[in-house]
Amino acid sequence: MDDIGQAFVIAVKLIAEADAELFATVRLSLAVSLSATSIAFLLGAPAGAFLVVQTFQARPALLVLLNALLGLPSVVVGLIAYLLLSRSGPLGFLGLLFTPQAMALAQVILTLPIVLVLTYRATETYWRAYRDIFLVFGASRLRMIGMLLDSARAALVTVFLAAFGRAIAEVGAIMIVGGNIRGFTRTMTTAIVLETSRGDLALALGIGIILIGLTVLVSGGAFWLNQRMSDE
Amino acid sequence: MRRLLFILALLLASPALAEEFITLASTTSTEQSGLFSAILPAFKQQSGLDVHVVAVGTGQALAIGARGDADALLVHDRQGEDKFVGDGHGIDRRDVMFNDFVLIGPTSDPAGVKGLKDAKEAMRKIAAAKAPFASRGDDSGTHRMELRLWKAAGVEVAQGAAPWRRETGSGMGPTLNLAAGLDAYVLADRATWANFKNRGTLEILSEGDPVLFNPYGSILVNPKLHSHVKAEAARRWHEWLTSPAGRAAIASYKINGEQVFFLPEAMAR
Repeated sequence: MDDIGQAFVIAVKLIAEADAELFATVRLSLAVSLSATSIAFLLGAPAGAFLVVQTFQARPALLVLLNALLGLPSVVVGLIAYLLLSRSGPLGFLGLLFTPQAMALAQVILTLPIVLVLTYRATETYWRAYRDIFLVFGASRLRMIGMLLDSARAALVTVFLAAFGRAIAEVGAIMIVGGNIRGFTRTMTTAIVLETSRGDLALALGIGIILIGLTVLVSGGAFWLNQRMSDE
Repeated sequence: MRRLLFILALLLASPALAEEFITLASTTSTEQSGLFSAILPAFKQQSGLDVHVVAVGTGQALAIGARGDADALLVHDRQGEDKFVGDGHGIDRRDVMFNDFVLIGPTSDPAGVKGLKDAKEAMRKIAAAKAPFASRGDDSGTHRMELRLWKAAGVEVAQGAAPWRRETGSGMGPTLNLAAGLDAYVLADRATWANFKNRGTLEILSEGDPVLFNPYGSILVNPKLHSHVKAEAARRWHEWLTSPAGRAAIASYKINGEQVFFLPEAMAR
């Protein structure tokens, strides 16, 4: 109990003192997870809607697979990304291992199935309602996908948020491909792991409290955006 | 939207603009003891080079080096290091410093090892008392040392033979956390212990046996095998670490007034 109370004190102190190392860590966490989620979203949302408008033989199997990948273990993703990016691996020539870019790549792999599946679910209802109209007017696939995504835009905020939540909270993948290098690839979650292993549980939880506060802020912002979109 | 993308691109690009660096695969004990935070600024000032430390177990550090994913190593497992160099993965292994392992346990000390200088004897008593013992179990330098001690003490710890001994499969810190929670005995390097906060009732019970010395070696990853290695920059780090300036930085690092890393000459005494 003592540690938990102390953690709150530490969290407030770190923020109040504008601790430079903490701010750099927060900035890196946000930069990596926001860019990874954005890339996954830009790729995954159109692809998810495409899966709705396009029927093909392997689609049910693909959907089952994607749903299973929702629970993709982050350490496994980290390991795969490590083997890809390692100097001895196929993408080794890029020299990306142990960089923030490598961490973003791992999180793209991790969040892409989430964006795909949730976009599929969000646009499917609109598809059922609009399909006949689309077909009557002979709309192109591209146009159908655009209209479905536009109709579901409020739900897509939630999709983005779900993917971002997974990215910012995970530690298994970025620990392996980022290496938790101080001042370079240390994020909030890897810092928490480090402080826990140093036995400084109060500081670890203090950083955890700040991380939770940050996700509450982001999700509050998304809620506000969502409201505004549904009002329109 | 375009502006957002631009900001994202900036955020992503900024680390790539950072100054020159080398990647050093090292052990959790050196990182978590705070040694790097103490000595890297001095090296940076002298050379202008950043050192990116990836802190993992010695086994993993050697694997990272063998794949060419680091430029230099600072690790502690002499046999593993010699094999690494022998296999052609590394060159120019040098002694840098040493610290020592200490046997830690609960104040209640059910096995009665407090004050024993003979580490073998202490391990034998723990086994005889079947007292809980927390093992790293992660093929780290510390884990390899522990296994050598059990062997020397004639205690069989293979799968199932010693249920009182628990392998955590994780780093020194998590293993100490577990030992603190279970009131278990544990072998730890002095530096990590000195910097460890969540001690519970744990304390050092046995120390000072020469077999517990823990030497660290610096190795360069072989640029002939991995052409992308920053050979010149890594050599500057390697030379600095074993130069008078580097040695002075190591010897002057103290945790709560206690020196935890010693220079090689001190071992001979």
